[in-house]
Amino acid sequence: MHSYMVSKMSSKMVGSNNLAHARRMVQQLRVEASIERIKVSKASADLMRYCGENAKYDPLLMGIPASENPFKDKKPCTIL
Amino acid sequence: MGEMEQLRKEAESLKDDITAARKAVQDLTLQDHVAGTAVVGRVQLKTRKTLRGHLAKIYAMHWGTDSKLCVSASQDGKLIVWDSYTTNKVHAIPLKSSWVMTCSYAPSGNMVACGGLDNMCSIYNLKGKDGNVKVMRELAAHTGYLSCCRFLNDNEIITSSGDCTCVLWDIETGSQKTVFAGHLGDCMSLGVAPDFNTFISGACDFTAKLWDIRDGQCRQTFGGHESDINAIGFFPNGNAVITGSDDASCKLYDLRSDQELITYQDSSIMCGVTSIAPSLSGRLILAGYDDFNCNIWDSLKAERVGVLSGHDNRVSCIGVTPDGMACCTGSWDSFLKIWN
Repeated sequence: MHSYMVSKMSSKMVGSNNLAHARRMVQQLRVEASIERIKVSKASADLMRYCGENAKYDPLLMGIPASENPFKDKKPCTIL
Repeated sequence: MGEMEQLRKEAESLKDDITAARKAVQDLTLQDHVAGTAVVGRVQLKTRKTLRGHLAKIYAMHWGTDSKLCVSASQDGKLIVWDSYTTNKVHAIPLKSSWVMTCSYAPSGNMVACGGLDNMCSIYNLKGKDGNVKVMRELAAHTGYLSCCRFLNDNEIITSSGDCTCVLWDIETGSQKTVFAGHLGDCMSLGVAPDFNTFISGACDFTAKLWDIRDGQCRQTFGGHESDINAIGFFPNGNAVITGSDDASCKLYDLRSDQELITYQDSSIMCGVTSIAPSLSGRLILAGYDDFNCNIWDSLKAERVGVLSGHDNRVSCIGVTPDGMACCTGSWDSFLKIWN
């Protein structure tokens, strides 16, 4: 990944034989299993609605008029 | 049956419960829902500014809240604060360690932070009395490299590390307030929720985790990637998370239904994702890749709608301004480019 990184820990179970670690893992899984979940149809609808409602305010999506673009160099004016 | 064996069985059973619970709410897929929506038109962004000044690979950049100033970190051992409208360098901060991997701009604009192979997060005060930028604090306790850092406010910062943990620090005292442990591989990236109550981390154990900042609890874990997660961010409404991975794909995970909704991948893309950022509405996802490009995805239709090419080396970092007006890419070619 990064040229100077010597090594990364491989994805392995740390202390898989450790009882305390196993207890913590089970406790964590209990927390994650117990959460409330909403229907994917509702989650999808909400995502779509958010994108739809905010699209008109999204400059990268809508484009930016040159006069309102702070990154665009203003063309020099010529006096005719 | 020994306790170890009992615990192993209970863990397997709980994992099955989670899988079943996720499936139970899959009444429709996101794909079904967006079937009637058109793909956004081709997005063609132009380079408006090139920020020149770093002398080596750029590893990180972060926008200030004013959407004008930004900070970048390079292997040349400098943090540079840029005025992106004029390309002027507001500050050029020499670092003690040139092996920097991350940088962050405080929401107030008063400070910047960075860190890397020195295992520390160094906080710099930009608004010192005599005008000089000085190290304010060195946050040391991680036993691995600093991969990412994000300020919550002028006194709290969250860091992610190669030691597999994330930490919430009190900057004033330099102490660790909370250690977020649970990842089984190097933590590579973090993102703070828009409401500042939670944050997400992506790691080399191929998972993303959602953490409660105040009680330190990991609330949810998301799998599915087939390699390291290098980049992570919140969807703008705070209800979903986007990730980028060495497996060449990006994913969107919904927090409230607790599952992956969509994968952004293409058979022609075979290199890792280094960085990711959503546009203001979330409809576009911009992702930087190892192949020197940045791809723009329609977040709902999962189709590529644009590409930013212009760098001569890997795109290592990307950021969209808080006001959504532009995107900045930073590269190993030593340049930052501003696009809109």
